Amino acid sequence: MHSVVLIKQVPDTTEVRMDPKTGTLIRTGVPSIVNPYDVHALEEALALRDKYGGRVTVVTMGPPQAKEALRKCISFGADEAILLTDRAFAGSDTLSTSYILTQAVKKISEQHPVDLVLAGKQAIDGDTAQVGPGVATRLGFEQLTYVVKVEGVDLEKKEITVHRLLEEGREVIKTKLPALLTVVKEANSIRYGSLPHVMRAVRYDPPGWNQAFIGGDLTKMGLKGSPTNVKRIFPPPTRAPGEIIPGGKEDPAAAAALLVDKLTARGAVGGKGAAQ
Amino acid sequence: MSKQDLTNLPSAGDAPPAAWQAYSKGLTEAGPAGSEPARTEPKDVWVFVEQHGGKVANVSWELMGKARELADQLECKIGAIVLGHKVDSVVAMASANGADLVYLIDDPVVAAYRSKPYAHAIVNLANKFKPEVILVGATSLGRDLASIVATELDTGLTADCTGLDIDPETKNLRQTRPAFGGNIMATIVCPNRRPQMSTVRPGVMAKPKKLEAHDTRVIREPLGLTEERVAAKVIELLKEQDESVNLADAEIIVSGGRGTGGADGFKPLYELAEVLGGMVGCSRACVDAGWMPVSRQVGQTGTTVRPKIYFACGISGAIQHLAGMQSSDVIVAINRDPNAPIFKVADYGIVGDLFQVVPALTKIFRERLGRNGAGAGISAAEIKKDFLGEVPPGVPAKSADAKTSGEEARPQ
Repeated sequence: MHSVVLIKQVPDTTEVRMDPKTGTLIRTGVPSIVNPYDVHALEEALALRDKYGGRVTVVTMGPPQAKEALRKCISFGADEAILLTDRAFAGSDTLSTSYILTQAVKKISEQHPVDLVLAGKQAIDGDTAQVGPGVATRLGFEQLTYVVKVEGVDLEKKEITVHRLLEEGREVIKTKLPALLTVVKEANSIRYGSLPHVMRAVRYDPPGWNQAFIGGDLTKMGLKGSPTNVKRIFPPPTRAPGEIIPGGKEDPAAAAALLVDKLTARGAVGGKGAAQ
Repeated sequence: MSKQDLTNLPSAGDAPPAAWQAYSKGLTEAGPAGSEPARTEPKDVWVFVEQHGGKVANVSWELMGKARELADQLECKIGAIVLGHKVDSVVAMASANGADLVYLIDDPVVAAYRSKPYAHAIVNLANKFKPEVILVGATSLGRDLASIVATELDTGLTADCTGLDIDPETKNLRQTRPAFGGNIMATIVCPNRRPQMSTVRPGVMAKPKKLEAHDTRVIREPLGLTEERVAAKVIELLKEQDESVNLADAEIIVSGGRGTGGADGFKPLYELAEVLGGMVGCSRACVDAGWMPVSRQVGQTGTTVRPKIYFACGISGAIQHLAGMQSSDVIVAINRDPNAPIFKVADYGIVGDLFQVVPALTKIFRERLGRNGAGAGISAAEIKKDFLGEVPPGVPAKSADAKTSGEEARPQ
């Protein structure tokens, strides 16, 4: 079985801040990481390889620095890691990113037919959860989002059964291969890279594929191929400052009573009698 | 939702309940297919009505409230997309919530959600009737669905919006959403392609205020897809304990962080939640530590909540957590560290030990509200509303206790 894992190198969002004066993102010194959800997608692909055999190919689109993220994936045990990089890809929104990734998966399929594509449920920088389904749609693959468990794969019947983690519960669903899965973090725990894999990763130079190599319609890529654009960015709204109720340490019961009074007076709690 | 719950809802062929009809002055049928002329110019604002066995997700009605504002600015109509089987009650509710047009596809194949048949249905409707805007709730279902539809329609989709308005000059939809873990907000437009599509975060928009009598046209369309052509088969829905907690709809949330010190430390929080008829949430740290299930996690990577009161107990207030709760009506912070960032967003702060303050709160609320709580401002009508979506007065809703405090309050 051949799985392709789509990953994204993202800034560690806990570190990103906005300069309120210039209105630009402060990204200097912010470390880049493999999107955490994608690491769980990779782990799921590796676990499936352990169970059913086959290979795992990792793909990312990004600048040459993204090779570092791909090496990280090799250190976990991926067989191959490919970088899609070209000026023509720059400025892509989710629609055009899914187009470029689809071209790449098709190219990969020419060598080794792809049974499964996996990705994290979303990336922590954009949080859109749109690229995975976009790729599934373009490839004509079955789409399984929010996968928390792969129950089993029947390679003869070309079927897969998974559990999806939804608001209503866990949906158990069976469908045909090839399929695209987006994976939630509850799906698995990440393995440690073994020494041979870590050694291989140090020397690994991911092949770089450009637009000419993967082909496709240039008008569907990059800025030109992106219907959405960012009009402006601004800092999130802040709440008006509140008040500290004194005495929390010295007399918690009195502080609690004062808080209840204030909440009641505000009509936030206490039923009809208290509401204005 | 259990089978029993469905018995309250009218099935196919039944007229909508009288109370609903009073609101939807005229539900006129325009179908079947072909009788409605296809439109060539993009025009209306559409809302996808997410229903599970006849129960409508609250976010769908929240979108109807916003759709009315947008439609007024664009001088167009609101179209509700209703997909399902025997969902006349949903059509009636859509009308009562302000839909001018209801596009209905009633077919067993779309009785329950599956990605491809639902996307197929909406793509066909959009290609035929050319909406200007399609709004979808940013639930797991909505995000799964909207991505396919936007890809098929080759148009832009903005995820998880928290603000929508119309640019007065260009008439484009301005879609505002948090990015980079809530550290920045971005306004996104899709100027050159139609429809403009957004998924919208639940709990952010207000539901329509008044249900006014107005005419609704129901346009029935065929699905054009048979079960044999659908590969995906849902085997079952497992309701594992505590995994299907729906924090997004809670009116009061008592949330704990690292300061609880462990799963046992949540006991006083459950007690306070019980008295107030609220639910218990937590920060990401507690999930990562294995103290609480992810279904209880509030924040950027968990659930976004907007309760009437949010109690943050022993939560320091990382930006990812704040992103998921800072639009709560009232925020109360209890933390031993006076410098904790949570105090910056709190309306009321108590610097102290949660194990002293929270039980004291529970005791006082219990005295003032009566033994079983129920004084938290949550009336039976509101519980019904939570359960059935927007229910106009006079509609019986028997089994409406799914979210009352009794079931929620479960000290381990």
